Amino acid sequence: MSSSSRSIIPEPLRRLPWAVLSALGALTIFGSTVLYSAAGGRLGPWALIHFIHFVVFAGLAILVSRLSRDRLRQAAYPVYTLLVVLLVMVEAVGKIGGGSQRWLNIGFMNLQPSELMKPAIVLVMAHFYANLPPSMIRTWRALLPPGMLLAVPAALVILQPDLGTALAICFGAVVVIFMSGVPVWWFVGGGLAGAIIAPLAFFFALHDYQRKRVMVFMDPESDMLGSGYHITQSKIAIGSGGFFGKGFGNGSQSHLEYLPEKHTDFIFATMSEEWGMMGGLFVLFIFFVVLFRWGMGVARRAPDRFSQLLAAGMTATMFFYVAINMMMVMGLAPVVGIPLPFMSHGGSSMMTNMLCVGVLMAIEKWSRVGGSLN
Amino acid sequence: MPKHITPAILRNSFDRRSIILGTLQGGIGVALATRLGYLALFENARYQMMSESNRVNLSLIPPRRGWILDRNNQPIASNRADFRVDIIPDRLIDKDKTLDELAHILQLTPIDLQDIKDKLEKARGFQPVAAGEHLSADLYAAVSVRQPDLPGIIPQRSFSRFYPAGPCVGHLVGYVGAANAEDYAKEHNPLLITPGFKIGKDGLEKRYDAELRGTPGARRSEVTAGGKIVRDLDTREDVPGKPIHLTIDAGLQEYAARRIGTDSGACVVMDVHTGDILAFVSMPSFDPNSFTDGVGRLEWKMLADDDHVPLRNKILHGLFPPGSTVKPTVALSFLEAGLDPNESVNCNGGLQVGNRVFHCWQHHGHGPTNMYKGIYQSCDVYFYYFAQKIGMDNIARMLHRMGYGGKFDLPFPNQSFGTVPDPAWKEKKYKKPWAIYDTVNATIGQGYMLVNPLQQAVAASRIASGNIVFPRLMANDPIRAHEPFGVPKEHLDVIRSGMFEVVNGRGSAHEARLPFPNIQMAGKTGTAQVVGLNMNGGNGKIGAWKHRDHGHFICFAPFDNPKYACAVLMEHGGSSHAAFPVARDIMTYLFDKQKGMDVLAPLEKGWGGTPQERMAAKYRSYAAQYGVSAPQVDNSDEAVESAVAGPADNAQPPQPIQSEAASPAPEPVAEAPAAPAPAASPAAPKPAGQP
Repeated sequence: MSSSSRSIIPEPLRRLPWAVLSALGALTIFGSTVLYSAAGGRLGPWALIHFIHFVVFAGLAILVSRLSRDRLRQAAYPVYTLLVVLLVMVEAVGKIGGGSQRWLNIGFMNLQPSELMKPAIVLVMAHFYANLPPSMIRTWRALLPPGMLLAVPAALVILQPDLGTALAICFGAVVVIFMSGVPVWWFVGGGLAGAIIAPLAFFFALHDYQRKRVMVFMDPESDMLGSGYHITQSKIAIGSGGFFGKGFGNGSQSHLEYLPEKHTDFIFATMSEEWGMMGGLFVLFIFFVVLFRWGMGVARRAPDRFSQLLAAGMTATMFFYVAINMMMVMGLAPVVGIPLPFMSHGGSSMMTNMLCVGVLMAIEKWSRVGGSLN
Repeated sequence: MPKHITPAILRNSFDRRSIILGTLQGGIGVALATRLGYLALFENARYQMMSESNRVNLSLIPPRRGWILDRNNQPIASNRADFRVDIIPDRLIDKDKTLDELAHILQLTPIDLQDIKDKLEKARGFQPVAAGEHLSADLYAAVSVRQPDLPGIIPQRSFSRFYPAGPCVGHLVGYVGAANAEDYAKEHNPLLITPGFKIGKDGLEKRYDAELRGTPGARRSEVTAGGKIVRDLDTREDVPGKPIHLTIDAGLQEYAARRIGTDSGACVVMDVHTGDILAFVSMPSFDPNSFTDGVGRLEWKMLADDDHVPLRNKILHGLFPPGSTVKPTVALSFLEAGLDPNESVNCNGGLQVGNRVFHCWQHHGHGPTNMYKGIYQSCDVYFYYFAQKIGMDNIARMLHRMGYGGKFDLPFPNQSFGTVPDPAWKEKKYKKPWAIYDTVNATIGQGYMLVNPLQQAVAASRIASGNIVFPRLMANDPIRAHEPFGVPKEHLDVIRSGMFEVVNGRGSAHEARLPFPNIQMAGKTGTAQVVGLNMNGGNGKIGAWKHRDHGHFICFAPFDNPKYACAVLMEHGGSSHAAFPVARDIMTYLFDKQKGMDVLAPLEKGWGGTPQERMAAKYRSYAAQYGVSAPQVDNSDEAVESAVAGPADNAQPPQPIQSEAASPAPEPVAEAPAAPAPAASPAAPKPAGQP
């Protein structure tokens, strides 16, 4: 934070975590640059909107950051319940409409409740464990209620079907459960159970298209013209970029439409082709600063149990996006439709991630004031 | 664990676990960076290559095929600039939708669409299927504009093969077509699956494919994943194939083919000095122009329904009993054996041989007959009588020297060369001794004796020139210095004057006289029986078409200084009467084109136009009658190829063993109709080589 501007800039503005916002702003501008090139050197249809999304949702994050701890805790269950109701409605509207859908039309926008559920599940989990007496942390009471709190939205989202979002919801929740101090062997046992259930789920629970994605992930070249095509073309884009990239506007994989979803899920490949490993390392560096340094730092410095768990969960939720998306485009994970935060074009992912950032900013503020109160 | 858990312990646990979580995140971050380095640095070269091969599409430009030229450099096969549309089966996404749209744009008829679907069914992978050829520039533009919405549809400008004379040259040059899976297996050349590229499928087109093909050009262009060309990077022009020159006279070839008319016939015209083949005609034929883009259902049905078998090359693969056209050669063997040409035999309509009577075609008898009369009146008894004295071995030797039973050095993969029977041959083939009726049958060109029209033309050339003339089709082959035939000139003069009488005197074909005061033609008629007389009511001129007699005529002109020799076969023409007017008009054309054309015009009016016009009319009536109901062509490509290519090299059609004398077929000038078939020859053999 610049010291020279202290006298001019009013107090509330000065108190904002400018370092984080400018890091994310830099990433967003970089994303807009890539989108500008992907659109053939035009601001429309993606680049400009992308930046506007950032500005709008950064404002939302700042609003969220002004919320008090109590307000947030009070809101936990009502928000959660509202979102579950909305998820049921999505399911019902889809059934009536004779197809599956993920959003509700609420007049001025399409609301995707499953997106909002990602931060909401973290909030409700953190609230639950903060309320749980420490003595109960090693009993079934520490697992059964949160298990049910998680199972309901996860099941509803899987039914949509949206495996990627369901996994993201689960990941955020599981990280909060883990950080709450429940016995480690539950996770070991859970891991073992997962190892047994996963193959069963693969054969009996997954949809055909999901099963195919997993198969193709194992051997992308086996299906060069089908789903494996996406992974292979993405690897070609990243690999052909080299260290310095092909240069701005010269990405043949994206411009000649070999790269699928070049502006959303595969934006990292679009970027890598033109900016090379250099650009990739820049993106990784920003996420390192924002998530590892700032997010986890906020969690460690958080003044109380609720804020701790909330911060860790929010960081984990954002991390999940980043990790899964980048693993996917580099051929380390199956193709699941998860965008890269602040890079991929798309409003709902920007909103979710900005909500996470806003909550983290709020916690940071609580630790500054709340720390002295404690 | 009875330990009391306090908030401090949980705080502690949180700190420890946050280190685990941080380690996990950091670890994944490092893994991602490592993976990025592996892809972008370690595997960079490989992915750069893959990216280039995505970006750049190397497409071959089919080379222009070399022309086939006649002796005067007139094109027999050329190329014309063409707009075409091909379908690549592997690139089709929604086949039915794309085809419907294409049919709408190209205004395809249901018959066209059905043929395209048939071909698509059989095409494999990247083997292109022609959807439209010879399109107008407007239609081409219409398809080009919509190409992005029609994956798998390739519109392009190219050159297509063009045969100006169409069916008239079908059996001479063969045809071209898209390579099939078999061709591609044999020669794994990407050119073969380039849309618009054709290879020689039959005849000269196939034999000289390597020379005619040329070298493809190439175009490097930047393409999108959808196959749309963004821009051309660079282009290399194709190198057209080399032309091949034939000895054929294109005008004569077309004239002869047209003059044969609606009959099934063959004609070979040769230059008696050089052996140059000036015309090489087998009709009816297929139109090689319509074969280049594959055979449709209706076309196939037309070909299959035709009992004149348009796909069979009668010169190379048809074998026919030559009838009396062998008599000049047989007479030559008599002279060689020392027979005085003036020595006569009295013909009273038949000759007792052993305990059997062999009839002359002229049942009233020819009276005293010497060699001249034997030839110009085609008296069978004369030949029966002296053949027995001279012996079959002498006759067979002369027939072989004349070219019968011979195979010639011509650029065709298969030639059926027929049979000149002799005692050793019969012993070897049937393990039966030679019988006297075998000699009798052979001397009048019946029985085991089978020849093709080319051999007849060669024999006429050799008689005319007195040299051992060999046929020559490729103009760049050296002209062979023809050795003298090796018989005294007086012998040949006897034969030639007999043949002169045939046309210009008291002979069997005086209507064959040329319409020129100073150019005379000499010739020999032949009528060859196909089935026993009892099968067609004792008359080879009427009855079922396939039971009628073959008509032959061999000739040369001018008589005093021979230049051209010609053999005409009219399959099941009824008698030689069907053949010699054709030969006369062809010879007329050779000496005076206009006179020849003047004769042809009224004839063609009666036949319903030129061969092309008749085929087009037939197609229209088939289209009206059958529409899309014609049965599918099984494997059209292979079926056509094998039908046109004929039997394997020296495969002879099976011949039934002969045990009887063949009755000579009546010659055209017979004044009285033949008597009913004598009981002595109830079942004249059915010569082989007939369907």
